[in-house]
Amino acid sequence: MTKISLGKGINMGLRAAMESDPKVVIMGEDIGKLGGVFRVTEGLQKDFGEDRVIDTPLAESGIIGTAVGLALRGYRPVCEIQFDGFVFPAYDQIINQVAKMHYRSMGKIRMPVVIRIPFGGGIGAVEHHSESPETLFAHVAGLKVVACGDPVDAYWMIQQAIASDDPVVFFEPKRRYHEKAELDESVPPAYPLHQAKVVREGTDVTLFCYGPMVKTCVQAAEAAVEDGRSLEVVDLRTISPLDLRTIFASVKKTRRAVVVHEAPFTLGPGSEIAARVTEECFYHLEAPVLRVAGYDTPYPPSRMEEEYLPDLDRVLDGVDRVMGY
Amino acid sequence: MSESVPGIAPEVFAPHEAPASPPQASEEVEFVQLLTPEGERVEHPDYSFDLDDEAVKGFYRDMTLVRRIDTEATALQRQGELGIWASLLGQEAAQIGSGRALNSKDMVFPTYREHGVAWCQGVNPLNLLGLFRGVDQGAWDPRENNFHLYTIVIGAQTLHATGYAMGQQRDHVIGDPDNGEATIAYFGDGASSQGDVNEAFIYASVFNAPIVFFCQNNQWAISEPIDRQTRIPLYQRAAGFGFPGVRVDGNDVLATYAVTQQAMKRAREGSGPTLVEAYTYRMGAHTTSDDPTKYRLNEDLEHWKLKDPIERVRAYLTRSAGVGPEYFDEIEAEADQVAAELRRGCLSLPDPTLTDFFDHAYVDQTPQLAEQKQQFAAYAASFSDSEGEG
Repeated sequence: MTKISLGKGINMGLRAAMESDPKVVIMGEDIGKLGGVFRVTEGLQKDFGEDRVIDTPLAESGIIGTAVGLALRGYRPVCEIQFDGFVFPAYDQIINQVAKMHYRSMGKIRMPVVIRIPFGGGIGAVEHHSESPETLFAHVAGLKVVACGDPVDAYWMIQQAIASDDPVVFFEPKRRYHEKAELDESVPPAYPLHQAKVVREGTDVTLFCYGPMVKTCVQAAEAAVEDGRSLEVVDLRTISPLDLRTIFASVKKTRRAVVVHEAPFTLGPGSEIAARVTEECFYHLEAPVLRVAGYDTPYPPSRMEEEYLPDLDRVLDGVDRVMGY
Repeated sequence: MSESVPGIAPEVFAPHEAPASPPQASEEVEFVQLLTPEGERVEHPDYSFDLDDEAVKGFYRDMTLVRRIDTEATALQRQGELGIWASLLGQEAAQIGSGRALNSKDMVFPTYREHGVAWCQGVNPLNLLGLFRGVDQGAWDPRENNFHLYTIVIGAQTLHATGYAMGQQRDHVIGDPDNGEATIAYFGDGASSQGDVNEAFIYASVFNAPIVFFCQNNQWAISEPIDRQTRIPLYQRAAGFGFPGVRVDGNDVLATYAVTQQAMKRAREGSGPTLVEAYTYRMGAHTTSDDPTKYRLNEDLEHWKLKDPIERVRAYLTRSAGVGPEYFDEIEAEADQVAAELRRGCLSLPDPTLTDFFDHAYVDQTPQLAEQKQQFAAYAASFSDSEGEG
């Protein structure tokens, strides 16, 4: 057992993937000597060399576009996008090329490309450094979209994403990079990549969350005990495809659901979950599925981000509302 | 070199100056040329064509056949059998010359107009039609002929090519000019304005990737002339990125062969990228949906007809290589045969069913998509049931 941070979990996962498969290369801005702006790739270039840990020119479309070519050549590129808001120069390559290559070739070409994106707010950053663009990828056929919420998942999920023959957009909760947990590498991963996990069992309301909101929701569930409420917390882990089986099972048990994400409210992952739960669990529901989310504005200046972001109180307010029906 | 290129402005511009006008039809452009429009062989200090007349006859055959394939595809579109077609008319020499300069291990990244290069790589022309007929998205296997899928988004493939070349580097298959591997990326004058192309130049340059950027400057990006893309000759841009650029007469198959061969050797031996600008002209429309009479002059077209890439080879073969008319007749007959076969093949391409396409969005299909496929199949089947009952 080792106590590791979430960032270290990804670092160790990348290392393990590179050790087991010589075709894994990682590429991005400042990922070499510096180890990335969040130090997630620290030490990897020293051990695997500049051919496998590639400091790229400062051009995101170039990172993803050349990753497509490397994948065509048989490599498994793991691309780091420095911050969420910087992914958009690469959006064309991701949407039109990475996502569609398998489809348009009728299955002849695979794109085992992982695109790592630190996402979300709460770190007091300047504009474009705190966004949650996961829906913009989850809506695209051909991509798979996941988000890790704790160090152990970080370690395993990055390896599972690299092993995936489908392209994976891998969201990392940047404000949780320093959260710590015990990791036992000898214990195999408890979940496949596209399965949600119940992180806390409860009976009254299910909180669906992922990435940075997992910790927030667990804290909310702990606080709710004082009010005599038993909240179940489900870490979705996978946003596309959603693990509907786990979602439906939890809702059928608790009969009430609140979806929590930093991403803006309208047409966020919560919208799809609400729709699917309504379709499949209609007669089990005691209340409509509610959402606690970022507002439909651009991400605000950091002095206001605590009010913008869902926090423990807003989650509990959502619980109050869903219990009010 | 730019001083001797009338019509193209020199390197230094004041910001208030009007954009330079492109070379006019009557003006001469400096480029590597080994066979004049009249079919005369000429020498160049840096490039020579070292193959025999049999090879030149082969080029003639290639160019004639791909032009015939192209004509047939345009006809198929006019008859409603293809949704659209992007003609290569006028660009046969650029494509055959460069295509024949490749080794079997070199990798090609085309746009959607490289029917001639596809021919050189041994891709069945029928496979090219699927995309334009709408039965698939151009789903040949790129590994079979080292010819990647057609890319519609302008310039995107130049980055794929660069990444692929970086893979060749990592596979240690470069270092030998003849037996090494390299990559060639095709794109056009319009694409040279794309960010992706410029990023590809940068990546290829800083990583010294084994790649040739082959720009067919056909003077037109749909309706926009070259002066809307650049104020300097395109090949000169390479200098700013740190690798050599060369302009070749794109209607001269011998010169495009020689220039591409040298650039590919340079890439294979590990000396890095080269930009080749093949100076040519799009004799047809951008695609069958376009109407060039709205934006360009007939005189330009008449002028470029005199520079036809196939006619000059025929003139050379007739006058200097003693090739008689029976050879040309033979090629004509073969071309008609290839066209007829293409037509037959096109008309018998099976119509796809949507059900098949659900399976290719992912390698590992999602439960959601499996469910949608099932729902669609059931919905589609509900119609055939009622027909059966009715």
